[in-house]
Amino acid sequence: MRLLIADAERCIGCQMCMFACARRQNEGGLAEACMGIRSIGGMERGFTVIVCRACDDPACAKVCPTDALKLRNGGGVRLNTAACIGCGNCQDACLIGAVFWDEEINKPMICIHCGYCTKFCPHGVLKTEEKELT
Amino acid sequence: MLANDTLANVLYIDLSNKHYWVRHRADLFERYLGGAGVASQLLDEECPAGADPLGAENPIVFAVGPLTGLFPLASKTVAMFKSPHTGNLGESHCGGRSAVAIRMAGYGAIVVKGKSDIPVYLAIHGDKVHFRDASSIWGIENSFTVGRIIRESEIGAGLRTIMRIGGAGEKLVSYACVITETYRHFGRLGLGAVFGGKRLKAVVVSGKRSLPVSDSKTYRKTYAEIYDAAVGSPVMKKYHDLGTAENVLPLNMLGGLPARNLTEARFEGASEISGEKFAEQYLGRRLACSHCPVACIHIAAVREHYVDEPYFYKTHMISYDYEPIYALGSMLGISNARGFLSLMEQVEIFGLDAMSAGVVLAWATEAQERGIVSEKETMGLKFNWGDYDTFIRAVKLIVRQPNDFYSALARGVKYASSVYGGTEFALSLAGNEMPGYHTGPAAHIGVLVGARHSHLDNAGYSVDQKNLSKQDVSFEEIAADLLTEERWRQVLSSLVVCFFARGLYKPDVVLKALELTGFSLTREKLNRIGEEIHKQKYEFKVRHGFSLDEIYLPERILETSTPFGQLNESYIKSAVGHFKQLLDSSLY
Repeated sequence: MRLLIADAERCIGCQMCMFACARRQNEGGLAEACMGIRSIGGMERGFTVIVCRACDDPACAKVCPTDALKLRNGGGVRLNTAACIGCGNCQDACLIGAVFWDEEINKPMICIHCGYCTKFCPHGVLKTEEKELT
Repeated sequence: MLANDTLANVLYIDLSNKHYWVRHRADLFERYLGGAGVASQLLDEECPAGADPLGAENPIVFAVGPLTGLFPLASKTVAMFKSPHTGNLGESHCGGRSAVAIRMAGYGAIVVKGKSDIPVYLAIHGDKVHFRDASSIWGIENSFTVGRIIRESEIGAGLRTIMRIGGAGEKLVSYACVITETYRHFGRLGLGAVFGGKRLKAVVVSGKRSLPVSDSKTYRKTYAEIYDAAVGSPVMKKYHDLGTAENVLPLNMLGGLPARNLTEARFEGASEISGEKFAEQYLGRRLACSHCPVACIHIAAVREHYVDEPYFYKTHMISYDYEPIYALGSMLGISNARGFLSLMEQVEIFGLDAMSAGVVLAWATEAQERGIVSEKETMGLKFNWGDYDTFIRAVKLIVRQPNDFYSALARGVKYASSVYGGTEFALSLAGNEMPGYHTGPAAHIGVLVGARHSHLDNAGYSVDQKNLSKQDVSFEEIAADLLTEERWRQVLSSLVVCFFARGLYKPDVVLKALELTGFSLTREKLNRIGEEIHKQKYEFKVRHGFSLDEIYLPERILETSTPFGQLNESYIKSAVGHFKQLLDSSLY
């Protein structure tokens, strides 16, 4: 399964998905959110949804010096926190900006495509999709 | 409160000496929850009686609550200050990203004191506070532009609020507002002028943190219940679909929609400026505040052709709501939706409170009609009902104040009518321009007795609605209903729950959510907190010169028929007297 952006134009900027993402990890607030919603240069122009798109050949994994980012079935990556040295190469490599950072442990936070956020998106911006394994 | 929660951190900022510090004020948050409860205490601590609202001694307090960042719709920031408009308690609530940003930056409240020698703006990023030289943006009258510039020069996109003033705040118009996220406002009572007086152009706040809960499993469950109610409940539907503009037609049908300076309570052009009309022809986007799934913010898209060049257009994005439609629409006899939107945009650009601005223009129009003021005062402008172009030009003059007349208008209708006459049709209640409800006695009594003289203090219009089907409602009953509602709203605004969600956040839900944030309270205790906060706000007002014994009701309110017929002055005064009695005899 992977998370998809069905239509970013439907986004109202409520950020419910960001709060859901943190809550999924048993946290209130936003520090643990692996996704971001921000306006496109002002609320009047709508919003951009920043989240991992589960690339087939993820740039973040390719630049990891310790192989801490492993390819995930269905696209994207999984982080082996024990192996991660917190160099930040992955964050630089992702053009989308979908590698968020956990300041407390100094390691990346990347969407695991669990789909929990879609349950709290009231306007059909987000959806999940079963992806055929390649 | 939970031990590891940052809620009790109060950030103090001194603009005079450009320094800041944090104090842990668990004493206040434990007792008053947050929001209005905590802000009123901080205001009382910092604001001496006799303080000049535009001077260094007037503090600005922002406060959020324990549910902010944890539960949906706890999305408001309460601002408190001494109002330059009424010279008394200033309290204004605003959504946007403000509440979540303050909580995520690690604070429950922010107190801005003193006055800067140079124009500054504040950038509060987590535990760092920067005093930025705002000389290069001081004098920019357009609040949209100010937002656009700061957006580019500060970090925290998506996680920040940018509160700013336009020309009206800088020029100390007593009903200047503070704008956040382009379309939300600390609208009433002149916080914008308090910013201007401090030479404070903007306040940016950002942050990102985790917040503790007492039991994460119950938290997720309770959260889901509130969320489901927020997106599924019929009580939220109206805000979601047409937005507050939905009120235009029902209020007009009822005969409670003020038109042409309340010479009428029905407007023949109502359908042209109704929520339905805007949705059909102009609605271009809907927006939400942070952590609210409702999207009540309705934005009209208006395409404009540049007359000097063919095939050259721009698109204006202008927000609309019921209150501005009343004040800048029906109150001015404007039935042209596009004309209303242009006027609305002008008011937004300069950063004026839309409600006061509309009532001021309505008074000026009638004053000129009656010959109290001439074109000499108006500098050649001829106000006519419905003539939005002239009103747009007048807004600019009110902000720039090129003569005594426009300076007077910049202080509201109470002041302007004290200079030029026409108090009987100057629609101000306790110094604040009236809201858009001529629904019966309770609407006006509610605004007179309400701590901030706002329709949202105690929702008198809704008491009127409830009483419509009844015969002979006593003034005692109305006073008691208003007091009960205003006390409960102190609880909601201390939790900073949006009043639109008052139907979701019933006492049992509030108690459940509070329990998860470490507040173990009972329903009785909750009511007592509301009662106590309300009483203390009222006492602040009395200390600063307010008295419920000295109310003035413009005759116009009594002349124009309501759905209950013409209102009776002695009935209204008795209700106010009874409200005072109830308040004086309350324990807290």
